[in-house]
Amino acid sequence: MQIRLKDLKKSYGSLHAVNGISLSIPSNLIYGIIGKSGAGKSTLVRLISLLEKPDAGEVHFDEVRVDNLTKEELIRRRRRVGMIFQNFNLFSSRNAAQNVAYPLEIIGTPKAEIAARVAELLELVGLADRGKAPISTLSGGQKQRVAIARALACNPDILFCDEATSALDPQTTHSILSLLKEIQRKMGLTIVMITHQMEVVRDVCDRVAVLDDGRVVEEGPVTDIFAKPKSDVTKEFLSHLVGTDASSEEQMVQWSSKSGAYILRFRGETTDQPILSQITRETGIDFNIRAGGVQKVGGEVEIGTLIVDIQGSEEEQENVVARLREFGVHVEKEERP
Amino acid sequence: MSAKILLLIWNSTLQTLSMVFFSTLFSLVLGLPLGVLLFATGEEEQGGIIPMPLLNSVLSRIVNVLRSFPFIILMILLFPLSRLLIGTSIGTTATIVPLSIAAAPFVARIIETALKEVDPGVVQAARAMGSTNFQIVRKVLIPEAMPSLVSGVALTIINLIGYSAMAGAIGGGGLGDLAIRYGYQRFRGDIMLVAVIVILVLVEIVQIAGNRLSARLLARR
Ligand SMILES: Nc1ncnc2c1ncn2[C@@H]1O[C@H](COP(=O)(O)OP(=O)(O)OP(=O)(O)O)[C@@H](O)[C@H]1O
Ligand SMILES: [Mg+2]
Repeated sequence: MQIRLKDLKKSYGSLHAVNGISLSIPSNLIYGIIGKSGAGKSTLVRLISLLEKPDAGEVHFDEVRVDNLTKEELIRRRRRVGMIFQNFNLFSSRNAAQNVAYPLEIIGTPKAEIAARVAELLELVGLADRGKAPISTLSGGQKQRVAIARALACNPDILFCDEATSALDPQTTHSILSLLKEIQRKMGLTIVMITHQMEVVRDVCDRVAVLDDGRVVEEGPVTDIFAKPKSDVTKEFLSHLVGTDASSEEQMVQWSSKSGAYILRFRGETTDQPILSQITRETGIDFNIRAGGVQKVGGEVEIGTLIVDIQGSEEEQENVVARLREFGVHVEKEERP
Repeated sequence: MSAKILLLIWNSTLQTLSMVFFSTLFSLVLGLPLGVLLFATGEEEQGGIIPMPLLNSVLSRIVNVLRSFPFIILMILLFPLSRLLIGTSIGTTATIVPLSIAAAPFVARIIETALKEVDPGVVQAARAMGSTNFQIVRKVLIPEAMPSLVSGVALTIINLIGYSAMAGAIGGGGLGDLAIRYGYQRFRGDIMLVAVIVILVLVEIVQIAGNRLSARLLARR
């Protein structure tokens, strides 16, 4: 389902939390909304998910205007919209399966049908055997999986995720994002992903809007935003990005099984020198660069990271490593099973 | 102590139990909706689902006034109501009326406080899923607050045991009545003592049972 926002506004007192936002969110993709703390992301998502009414402007789901619905229409509409939260917001008085059953219960689904659907949903999120588990016994990632299953119970057209991975560690974040991506493809729904992490945008979003001070400062396909960012806010978000993180490394192919994989870290002035080509000229040994990037650490020191394969025999590799160390490069051999 | 006196104590205990049971029941019937209303009409930041500031402050005032009213005076003021509802203002059944009304505002506050402890995020999630206000109260707020509600009801029962003993002073029946008529007016210190001990034991049983039940509900989460 396509969402269109027309000049949306919402103020709290004199604070313009959402200050004239117009957006078109196409259907059947993952749409990111990124912004710093206080940029108005949560307020915007409360307006689009019909939890609050805007002061001005319009919200359209496909061709239907939904910001001025009556109370009954509003409740019916909300039942076709899924939502997951940073703090999961699960019912502690219910176990995992009963949480997933809740949205079905409130629309009066027959008991047998609920049981079947809940089993199916728990299976989908990989928690088929944890239905009876009390919420407090689940890990953060498992809680978010239950929340996802609950949000999908009534076959929504849209799924809103407000900082859905912010309370999770990197590995768990990765697995939840993969799950959301898989679900998006399987069910063909529109996912609106609110976040302050560029990694999330990079890893799963198709399009993104950058929010600052209640306004959209940039919007477009994620690849465009990464290749040629326009606004300062976007550039700042990109500068925090880690070049070589574990999740992307797993997918990289090694050049050959004979060559060793190494992580090279450069500090300060060494990032400017063409060390690798110099060593290749000297030794005749080739490098295959698989990933790399330069990051500012602690605001001033530049750290370059390269993941390379060094071709050649053990001995030749050792020579190259020794030479690299002479240049002040920190070399780590990557352990691969 | 003779069998006759033991029977007397037994009957008084049963009277107290029936007074406490029914007044707990009726004070819950009155106090539960009032407590839910107090919570629901409260400020949105505090979890109010249908904020109505004026109604909320009026209700809050009424509850405060009733709660600070001395029970004995309230009871005397409510004699006419007892007479209207029960046909008499003396005796166990008649005492249930002022007891219930005196405890209702207390129950309302306890329920309001318990509901305020529920995570507002959970209520927001329920709203986002398209719950009606009634569904939020019945299927979310009350189950989520159940351990606190159980402790609150135990406290209400304990208070009512105390009030029901006081009601004995103006012809309410039960253990308080026994203690005054025999212990005080007929100088039977032993009967007074037994009555007091039975009251203490009742309070202790309710306290322990309440704590256990509440803890068991929490442990299951
Ligand atoms: N209910 C409210 N009452 C008053 N002010 C609010 C309310 N909700 C949000 N605000 C204010 O509106 C601004 C935007 O808040 P919002 O929660 O939308 O930001 P956000 O982008 O989601 O930030 P975060 O990343 O910290 O969640 C903030 O300055 C916030 O203090
Ligand atoms: Mg937020």
